[in-house]
Amino acid sequence: MDYQFDFSFLSANWRDLLDGVWLTLRMSVATIVFGFVLGTALAVARTQGPAWARRCVTVYVDLIRNTPLVIQAFWLFFGLAAIQVRVPAMAAAVVALVVNVSAYTTEIVRAGIESVPRGQLEAASCLGLSRWQLLRLVVLPQAVERMYPALVSQFVLMMLATSIMSQISAEELTAVGYRIQSETFRGFEIYLVIAVVYLLLSWLLRLSMAGIGAVAFTRRRRLNTPL
Amino acid sequence: MNGLSFDQVLFILRGAGWTLLLAGMGFVGGALVGVPLALARSRGGRVLRAVTGAYVQLVQGVPLPVIMFVVYFGISVGGFDLPALVAAGIAMTAYSSAYLGEIWKGCIQAVPRTQWEAAECLALTPLQRAVHVILPQAARIAVAPTVSFLVQIVKNSSYAVVIGFFDLTYSARVVNNSTFKPFVVFSIAAALYFAICYPLSSLSYRLERRFNKARA
Repeated sequence: MDYQFDFSFLSANWRDLLDGVWLTLRMSVATIVFGFVLGTALAVARTQGPAWARRCVTVYVDLIRNTPLVIQAFWLFFGLAAIQVRVPAMAAAVVALVVNVSAYTTEIVRAGIESVPRGQLEAASCLGLSRWQLLRLVVLPQAVERMYPALVSQFVLMMLATSIMSQISAEELTAVGYRIQSETFRGFEIYLVIAVVYLLLSWLLRLSMAGIGAVAFTRRRRLNTPL
Repeated sequence: MNGLSFDQVLFILRGAGWTLLLAGMGFVGGALVGVPLALARSRGGRVLRAVTGAYVQLVQGVPLPVIMFVVYFGISVGGFDLPALVAAGIAMTAYSSAYLGEIWKGCIQAVPRTQWEAAECLALTPLQRAVHVILPQAARIAVAPTVSFLVQIVKNSSYAVVIGFFDLTYSARVVNNSTFKPFVVFSIAAALYFAICYPLSSLSYRLERRFNKARA
């Protein structure tokens, strides 16, 4: 193989790549925050809500989890364009990602909620806690703590999935790579670089989620015992 | 039909056929690499475990579209001119082998240690132990999570659209570009994906329940 590797495009394009990383990061953080909130709310509706709400959430989760993210993003992005609603690609991308990740988060948090022993619920209502207090003070903290590793994995997968938003012209890392590729014809090199950047990003995300976990779940820190 | 001609619907359906083919390639390739990977991850020596572990970390830390690009451009760098199907198939194999390997590693480890020891006492060779004693038991544990991962393979094969592979997503986009009826076109595409994935999802759910009941 007499192929000459040529990474010289980096000196001219590193700023664009950094911009791409920055957009990928912003998209990921926004999606994690909104996706977590929406997913948790849906999980509560799925477990505590009235029968019709439970059915709605089940249908939503099944629909989203059995269709690809790309199709969801296309449906939303091109659909909005067709009804003359102009939104930036970034906003459409975040909405599509939030919708997608919330369906997975719902299932994870639901499993967490269902893992809280019945006795605790009975004890809490004996103490005169309202339903809302019971949820906020007893059920959700334990559900989230127990499911935290699964949530982190889901969020990392979601961060990686932002790469497909290049398809609806969001200028994130993969899209920047594609543009550089079409200008320099160094497709192999550029995507090797981008693969390494994503690898670093996913480690960074895991690390910071571990940090957030250490701060948020004080019980483990104080008692040094798992939940 | 909803403003789409019969030919256009047929065109989308043809894309669905290619999606099934690519998903099938991803699963078969992923299984062929995944089984030895799972064995190496659970029973290999330190070096083998480190190397295979690095492979899994690498593949799971890079988005599938980027893997697609690396393989696609990598093939042309090697001086070969192969269709996008080959690049997509290789990328899907890498992707699903990393995940299937991890899933099956867990299944192998779930087989009690005493089974290995008993097989050893019967003077079976390491290969015989794996093939005749451990893998059949691990396979039963593996059925439900594997079917569940099939759904991921089908859905994520849609990422092949980035390298221009003609699958269900690509054909839907082509039809949308010419008709500009995104809600109709992408709803049909979503319905087709759903029709493939939902039976698999509910099958895996039922298998899991049956398995848990059998063990309870």
